[in-house]
Amino acid sequence: MSTQSQIYGGAFAEPVFEAQAVFRTLMDCFARPGTIGRLSTAASPPPPLGEASGAVALTLCDHDTPVWLSPALSKSAAPKWIAFHTGAAVTDTKNEARFAFFEKGAAVPGFDQFGLGSQEYPDRSTTLVVEVEALEGGQPLIGRGPGIKNGIVIAPKGLPDVFLDLWTANRAIFPRGIDLVVTSGETVLCLPRTTKLERE
Amino acid sequence: MNDLANYNFAYLDEQTKRMIRRAILKAIAIPGYQVPFASREMPMPYGWGTGGVQVTASILGPSDVLKVIDQGADDTTNAVSIRAFFQKVANVAVTTRTADATIIQTRHRIPEEKLGEGQTLVYQVPIPEPLRFLEPRETETRKMHALEEYGLMHVKLYEDIARNGHIATTYAYPVKVEGRYVMDPSPTPKFDNPKMHMSEALQLFGAGREKRIYAVPPYTEVVSLDFEDHPFEVQKFDRPCALCGAENVYLDEVVLDDKGGRMFVCSDTDHCEDRRAHGHAGAMLAPAAKESQEAAE
Repeated sequence: MSTQSQIYGGAFAEPVFEAQAVFRTLMDCFARPGTIGRLSTAASPPPPLGEASGAVALTLCDHDTPVWLSPALSKSAAPKWIAFHTGAAVTDTKNEARFAFFEKGAAVPGFDQFGLGSQEYPDRSTTLVVEVEALEGGQPLIGRGPGIKNGIVIAPKGLPDVFLDLWTANRAIFPRGIDLVVTSGETVLCLPRTTKLERE
Repeated sequence: MNDLANYNFAYLDEQTKRMIRRAILKAIAIPGYQVPFASREMPMPYGWGTGGVQVTASILGPSDVLKVIDQGADDTTNAVSIRAFFQKVANVAVTTRTADATIIQTRHRIPEEKLGEGQTLVYQVPIPEPLRFLEPRETETRKMHALEEYGLMHVKLYEDIARNGHIATTYAYPVKVEGRYVMDPSPTPKFDNPKMHMSEALQLFGAGREKRIYAVPPYTEVVSLDFEDHPFEVQKFDRPCALCGAENVYLDEVVLDDKGGRMFVCSDTDHCEDRRAHGHAGAMLAPAAKESQEAAE
């Protein structure tokens, strides 16, 4: 049973400027995949939804964007918190969702279960927001593609073992595919579908 | 500052900004693909940069420094009024110096000075669809992009060669982004196309009337379409800027009188002023400079 204060509190104190700051960090991180962005103004969503993940929800979700939540998040106060602060509807259908949220350590299903967009409208795809243990210290992967000058090493810790296979499959269906925001605490790392990843 | 209370920061309401921000993120994720968005009416007519203004309003923050140019110039009507608009509705710092700006909204030029990592270039786009004049139906052009079917564009360029002996397209010259989408770089002169390739700055394109947003992330391959035997080349000018003496820049022709007098000057006014401030002088800059030029002849 969630408490009222968990649901009604924890949003941005200055919604206009904080949403702008969070968006700019996301935009810069999507434009330069692999760089780690720090959200200076984190939200405090109800656990297990992380700070940065909550800030992404407050910044980008509204009544136009159905949201899918992992089983643990669905059982927490997160659905009511998201509904109250953003007006976004929570959906059970993965491929209808525009955003999907995962708490730390959650099982990530195959990316192809989410909305991948169509060949005509590849933008109509789901953005996955996945919280992990840390954005550094994991298995190093080299990223190449638009926005990356000479290759960048990323090493998020706590992604599922099959992540690289899932991502390679996602890259192969370009221009369709999901986009990924990896969060940890109040930091984010963005991987647009164009980024190619391989083991070092 | 008192005028500010009547508007949300940067004019647009928050829901509109969110919608545009989502479109921008998807546009960055699919370089060169045109993302449809619910373009709003702005307090200026279509064709005056409503798309660029909406993109700028959605990314702009209080710490940004904004520069607005129209055909390279900071002091033309469109640039002045859009700059004044954002000063009024967002109280944002403005500049004419390319190097100082964090966001540069542009109509039909890319600044001569190389843009850096922290900068975002926002283009005002009238017709985002490069295939539109070849195929009027949106359903068809969308399918052509989906199937990567760009033969028609090459036919158009070939017809240029057949009629004129060379590719006669001089502006809105089609480019291929990251080897996938053919994109209209907005009606910039083809002189500017090479600057888009592997640019360090993020480039965002907004078309208000046509309701499309697209993007080129930094360090992205942007190749102008051409043929092996007719490679892409940019315009060349046979003289330097008459005011600052700059070569290898894009020049505007200015008619001086009704007797055929004319001069060619930098289209990028900031670049020209900066060079003059650093002591560079062109043939027509000042009487003294002109006399010495004539004496030399």
